[in-house]
Amino acid sequence: MSGAKGKSTPPVVKDSVRRGWRPLGASGDTALVPQARMSGPMPWLIAIMVAITVVAAAGALALGNMAASTSASIEGGVTVQVLEPDESERSRQVELLLPALQGLAGVVSVRRVPQEELDALVEPWLGEEAVEGGNVPIPAMVDIRLRGEPSSAAIDRIEQVIAPLAPDARVDAQASWLGPVFDAVESLRWMALALIVMLAAATSAAVLLAARTAINAHRDTIEVVHMLGGTDGQIARVFQRSIALDAAGGGAIGLAVALLTILALGLRFAGLGDGLAGQATLEWNDWLALAAVPIVGVFLAMATARFSVMRALGKML
Amino acid sequence: MTTASEDEIVRFDNVGLRYGTGKEVLSDVSFSLYPGRFYFLTGASGAGKTSLLKLLYLAQRPSRGAISMFGQDAITLPRDRLPGYRRRIGTVFQNFRLLQHLSAFDNVALPLRVAGVAEKDLRKPVGDMLEWVGLADRVDARPATLSGGEQQRVAIARAVIGRPDMLVADEPTGNVDPDMAVKLMRLFEALGRLGTAVVVATHDLHLLRKVPDSLIMRLDKGKLSDPTGALRYPPRKGLSA
Ligand SMILES: Nc1ncnc2c1ncn2[C@@H]1O[C@H](COP(=O)(O)OP(=O)(O)O)[C@@H](O)[C@H]1O
Ligand SMILES: [Mg+2]
Repeated sequence: MSGAKGKSTPPVVKDSVRRGWRPLGASGDTALVPQARMSGPMPWLIAIMVAITVVAAAGALALGNMAASTSASIEGGVTVQVLEPDESERSRQVELLLPALQGLAGVVSVRRVPQEELDALVEPWLGEEAVEGGNVPIPAMVDIRLRGEPSSAAIDRIEQVIAPLAPDARVDAQASWLGPVFDAVESLRWMALALIVMLAAATSAAVLLAARTAINAHRDTIEVVHMLGGTDGQIARVFQRSIALDAAGGGAIGLAVALLTILALGLRFAGLGDGLAGQATLEWNDWLALAAVPIVGVFLAMATARFSVMRALGKML
Repeated sequence: MTTASEDEIVRFDNVGLRYGTGKEVLSDVSFSLYPGRFYFLTGASGAGKTSLLKLLYLAQRPSRGAISMFGQDAITLPRDRLPGYRRRIGTVFQNFRLLQHLSAFDNVALPLRVAGVAEKDLRKPVGDMLEWVGLADRVDARPATLSGGEQQRVAIARAVIGRPDMLVADEPTGNVDPDMAVKLMRLFEALGRLGTAVVVATHDLHLLRKVPDSLIMRLDKGKLSDPTGALRYPPRKGLSA
């Protein structure tokens, strides 16, 4: 108490400082409430949620790309198979078909699929000898591109033209046999979306619970801070900051795990060649969307924490 | 010889308080507090001292009656305006209630930081204040490592650092020796000279004699007696006691 002898004025803050007080304002950097960061299950929970979300989203995006590029390549496509077993007769029929089909309304292009392409298609199934020896009759194929989706009326017209020229020909609209595949892909994408929504809801619920637990654990401290003039906003910011750090750490880990998973899966899919599955690739904007998942996660966690903390504080005096 | 009642910073009219459905622990409490005046709140244990102080530092709403504070009706005060009022009130809680995760310095700095005072503006006053209460060498200590008396002095430093318009102290000298108690009363008096209304709850009747011109609020089973009317219209300083 050395000070008490000399001075009679206690060393309180100056008037000028006091006038600068913000009535409800705040420096947000005060450690009003102790923080338990990167401890407890929250970062790991968020890491798992982010990892699953990113993988599910990657799957949905890749499936979407597959459907888009496949349907673009076969859109308006109709295939005519000429099944005539005699090779010269088969060629003759094809020669007759090409100009006839060319003249039809709505036809963009007509092309005979070259023999090598056909051989390449069937070789893996029938073996080199069968194909090269000409022992197995392989149908001739004619690719027709139509303007827009092949309607059944357009198919009918094609069939009418073909029937007299090549009685053994079969007409297939390519989209028609892929239709069920596209439907399945679409369902998968909706399921992925539903999964992501549920993951977000589960994360919010976990954050809500964690925030409530934290408030209860620090109720006494919060009361004191209230009594010293601390606002709900100031207190909520402490919790928000803590949850944001948890979520950022967990989100980064989750994203890293998910990206490794996706790359590994990608290598597997690349091994399948450029068939249907090979079209399931990710574009650069897809990667951006995936990278945004943890960021959205951080904001979701912060918003949930704020909502829950403000509500709990609102019930205190 | 009365102070104009416009000066009063706190006014209680027939205030009653009950916890839950229990009986009233405060009944028909009426008084006024004036700037720069020193009030001792006395009464036996359980008389309602802490309860009355809680009403003063806005930790509790009354069950009935009227309270006005700094010229405003405190009963209908919306929740979001409480922080602004509380920043004008310094409180020494009965059991100190220091934040355990903060050092002595940070505990004392807390009211200033909460009010948005810049770090450069609070270093010196907080350091000086800790020196004033004899804790210059315990600045970085956590409350858990401080003795009861030291914790009490940190709590007092925290309450007065912002030079509140009203200081509310609940048995602030219970854990310090008599010499320190007197020194702390000098600190409160000095604050009073700066215009702060000081309310100190105590059952240490010795202390009362140490502060001339103080006014006594005597609580008995939740009732406040004011036979001379001094708690509504206090006599000029130098005429009381
Ligand atoms: N939070 C509470 N809930 C219920 N009863 C309480 C509470 N706080 C105090 N009381 C009761 O109110 C009365 C006054 O207590 P208090 O204000 O602490 O008196 P004092 O500080 O003078 O000892 C006591 O009977 C006490 O039991
Ligand atoms: Mg008490």
